[in-house]
Amino acid sequence: MGSAFLDPRDVQFWLYDWLGVDALTGHPVYADHSRETFDAILELSARLASDKFATHYKKADRVEPALQDGIVTVIPEIKQALADYAEAGLFAASFDPEHGGLGLPHVIDTASMAHFMAANIATAAYPMLTAANARVLVKFGTAAQIETFALPEIAGTTLGTMCLSEPQAGSSLADVMTRAMPDSGDAHFDDELGPRYRVTGNKMWISGGDHDITGNIIHLVLAKIPGDDGKLPPGTGGITLFIVPKMLADGTRNDISVAGLNHKMGYRGTTNCLLNFGEGGGAIGYRLGAPGQGLAIMFHMMNEARIFVGLGAAALAIRGYRQSLDYARERLQGRPAAAKDPASPQRPIIEHADVKRMLLAQKAYAEGAVSLILYSAHLMDRERVAGDEIERARIASLLGLLTPVAKSWPSEFGLAANDFAIQIHGGYGYTRDFDVEQIYRDNRINPIHEGTHGIQGIDLLGRKILRDKGASLAGLGPEIAETVSKASAIEDLRGLATRLNLAWAQVNAVVETLITLNDPGRALDNASGFLSAFGHVVVAWLWLDQATTIHGDAEINRAFREGKLRACRYFIEVELPKIEPQLGIVAALNDVAATMPEEAF
Amino acid sequence: MRVLVPVKRVIDYNVKIRVKPDGSGVDMANVKMSMNPFDEIAIEEAVRLKEKGQITEVIAVSVGPAQAQETIRTALAIGADRGILVTQEGAEPLAVAKLLKALVEKEGAELVILGKQAIDDDSNQTGQMLAALLGWGQATFASKVELGDGKITVTREVDGGLETDELKLPAIVTTDLRLNEPRYASLPNIMKAKKKQLDTVSAADLGVDATPRLKTLKVVEPPKRGAGVKVASVQELVDKLKNEAKVI
Ligand SMILES: Cc1cc2nc3c(=O)[nH]c(=O)nc-3n(C[C@H](O)[C@H](O)[C@H](O)COP(=O)(O)OP(=O)(O)OC[C@H]3O[C@@H](n4cnc5c(N)ncnc54)[C@H](O)[C@@H]3O)c2cc1C
Ligand SMILES: Cc1cc2nc3c(=O)[nH]c(=O)nc-3n(C[C@H](O)[C@H](O)[C@H](O)COP(=O)(O)OP(=O)(O)OC[C@H]3O[C@@H](n4cnc5c(N)ncnc54)[C@H](O)[C@@H]3O)c2cc1C
Repeated sequence: MGSAFLDPRDVQFWLYDWLGVDALTGHPVYADHSRETFDAILELSARLASDKFATHYKKADRVEPALQDGIVTVIPEIKQALADYAEAGLFAASFDPEHGGLGLPHVIDTASMAHFMAANIATAAYPMLTAANARVLVKFGTAAQIETFALPEIAGTTLGTMCLSEPQAGSSLADVMTRAMPDSGDAHFDDELGPRYRVTGNKMWISGGDHDITGNIIHLVLAKIPGDDGKLPPGTGGITLFIVPKMLADGTRNDISVAGLNHKMGYRGTTNCLLNFGEGGGAIGYRLGAPGQGLAIMFHMMNEARIFVGLGAAALAIRGYRQSLDYARERLQGRPAAAKDPASPQRPIIEHADVKRMLLAQKAYAEGAVSLILYSAHLMDRERVAGDEIERARIASLLGLLTPVAKSWPSEFGLAANDFAIQIHGGYGYTRDFDVEQIYRDNRINPIHEGTHGIQGIDLLGRKILRDKGASLAGLGPEIAETVSKASAIEDLRGLATRLNLAWAQVNAVVETLITLNDPGRALDNASGFLSAFGHVVVAWLWLDQATTIHGDAEINRAFREGKLRACRYFIEVELPKIEPQLGIVAALNDVAATMPEEAF
Repeated sequence: MRVLVPVKRVIDYNVKIRVKPDGSGVDMANVKMSMNPFDEIAIEEAVRLKEKGQITEVIAVSVGPAQAQETIRTALAIGADRGILVTQEGAEPLAVAKLLKALVEKEGAELVILGKQAIDDDSNQTGQMLAALLGWGQATFASKVELGDGKITVTREVDGGLETDELKLPAIVTTDLRLNEPRYASLPNIMKAKKKQLDTVSAADLGVDATPRLKTLKVVEPPKRGAGVKVASVQELVDKLKNEAKVI
């Protein structure tokens, strides 16, 4: 494998042959860029990832962040890696030049980040969170807020967090209890950095909540402003967003303390804190946007963050695949089933059908997941350069539909891929001498944070599909139809096209049934199964689309081409049929689980 | 003062090299290429001299196919001021030295910093040949370079340790691994590199005959490493190293 975590041929194929992202440079927004600069940036990312991020992968797992006398420390290698990342200008990559950025398309920024996540997901989480945080500030902040809080983040000299969760409010953000009181009793009291409040409350699970990597940390905090009766407004409509910096402008510490560190299964290099705001009377916070708009604004950050969660899961799937592939080529064990001579030498396990199955499944999941993420990131760019409002709205709706899938499908099947990577390593995979057990542990977070799998299922089926009675879903139809028609014209792919078409029809039939039954409560009982099945259809579509691209490419390396076509076939022949029972349960409003009496467990 | 830094496009140091089945050469199909690591050190050193204000211009030169422009762009992103591509494939060290001589004279360069060798053919010849052709002093395998007034002081890595030489300018320096740690080209610099001047000339333009003079008879993989053995004592180890491996 060398030290490259992603195969550069894959990256080139996805970006240029398949998505044709170089077309973006024809638009004025990206006119400063060219394929040449994209490639130079990707190459820089690959190098920096293997030289500076991969090198402390295991150490950061072994030596967890420590909390002493209220101060959180991490190993120096993390600081160094992030300093190099900042020095290379990567924090600024996808921001507009007016904010000190380089105006790189999201899809290139995403492909760049894939290298860092594969090399060391926990260290990569800091810039990932910081960029998402700065994006919110740039979009919704005042000029002074951008200048003071976002620009240092874009330069990489200050890191950022998102403080949503509380001990009693994880999935249910409507229940946050952190309160924000107007400072000096007047909501319109205007500091030059925005209306000033005093924030009190406990925030749980805060990634990067404290550390000694940068002197300051910019927290974006969801809180509620009490009404005249002193009570917190119920529901998500009562949530407001605040900028709460660790250090105040005069150089003193804001009223935020670290009540404890969480000791995690994986992802250990990212500090994870329980933060207490306002133990000493109230942390100073500046309101970002209007009261009650907090969650709507935060969703901006969360959509990007969700795609990046999927990216992390996909990148770890690729890493596990490539490491287990190397292992399978080298590990000698057993002989072909038909071999007669017990004295013949043992063969590399890659020759066994069952090992090939586990490798091909990983390839289909992992590369399918990365292509789903790159496709989604490219949609963000396409939305930006769209020719007219109708086109823009169409792409935005498609992106909205695919976001829960981009978050959840890689999280579910990337983990399944990592399970195979361990299995291929046999007993060795179960030890810490190899990387695969850590890769699995690191990846296990992804179905949990940024909205659990269950919550994403409800988002997809409830909010994105049933609420508009299938209108957004219908937007995906022509995209799939186009791929099916291209593939049907190619003899080798015709059978696969038919299967995809059928699967798409099944999804639509289920959704129609649910719309007709009009029982929103029960319709969502099996939403997470629907999410997995729907994700399978989306990924099958993307695989077939790539197959049509590569099929006609006579120039490309033959083994590479065969690999893509096989993975596509594997996905559609072996994986796609799994959706049938899952969709059947959804359509039948099967309630065997939902109506199970609690006392019967 | 102008400094010329030649940069070669070679197979990336991470790639596992495979010999073509017919033994005619190394398999280059779909193989990742990048700048020769020693040349990166040379560029870095030149850029540092420029940042110290000791030189005025760094020119990166590559002799190779059209794709070697990418290698020059990398040098420009590290900080070279402009680039020159000499379109000539498969040039041997002597031909490269002649081409560089022509460019040194044309550009009026007073210092050439080269990698001590390229990791593809490991020739370790170009710098020395160029010095001979120009009649300049040379300091190879540099681990420290200090530019003075009309002279350059170079610390060299030699078998017995370190040797320090003082050379009159103009001069040739070739770099060893420990000279510096090259920086990563930052994103803003990658963008700036796009706009820097990059000229293309041919060997004929420079009046040099670059026809290969060497014939490759056969290329083979190095012998595979045999299995290890356990030795019972230090004595046995010393004995084996002396008499079997013949390394001590
Ligand atoms: C490593 C790590 C990093 C994190 N980083 C951050 C961070 O930086 N900032 C931040 O704000 N938060 C962060 N979180 C918090 C994370 O977003 C929450 O853990 C997550 O939203 C789930 O909330 P919870 O843990 O309270 O679980 P709960 O909400 O208690 O959920 C428990 C289970 O119940 C299910 N469930 C809950 N409600 C419903 C429902 N209505 N319908 C169906 N099923 C339901 C869930 O799907 C889940 O399976 C992080 C968490 C971890 C583990
Ligand atoms: C925690 C732990 C406890 C253990 N305890 C004991 C113990 O007490 N005593 C003891 O003797 N052993 C013990 N073992 C060893 C264990 O039984 C082996 O790890 C296991 O049999 C697999 O062998 P392997 O690790 O060499 O993997 P390999 O045999 O190298 O297998 C690697 C992969 O190749 C596949 N594969 C190999 N051969 C074939 C084939 N012919 N056809 C298809 N696929 C093939 C395997 O399915 C696997 O996926 C233990 C292992 C662990 C991890």
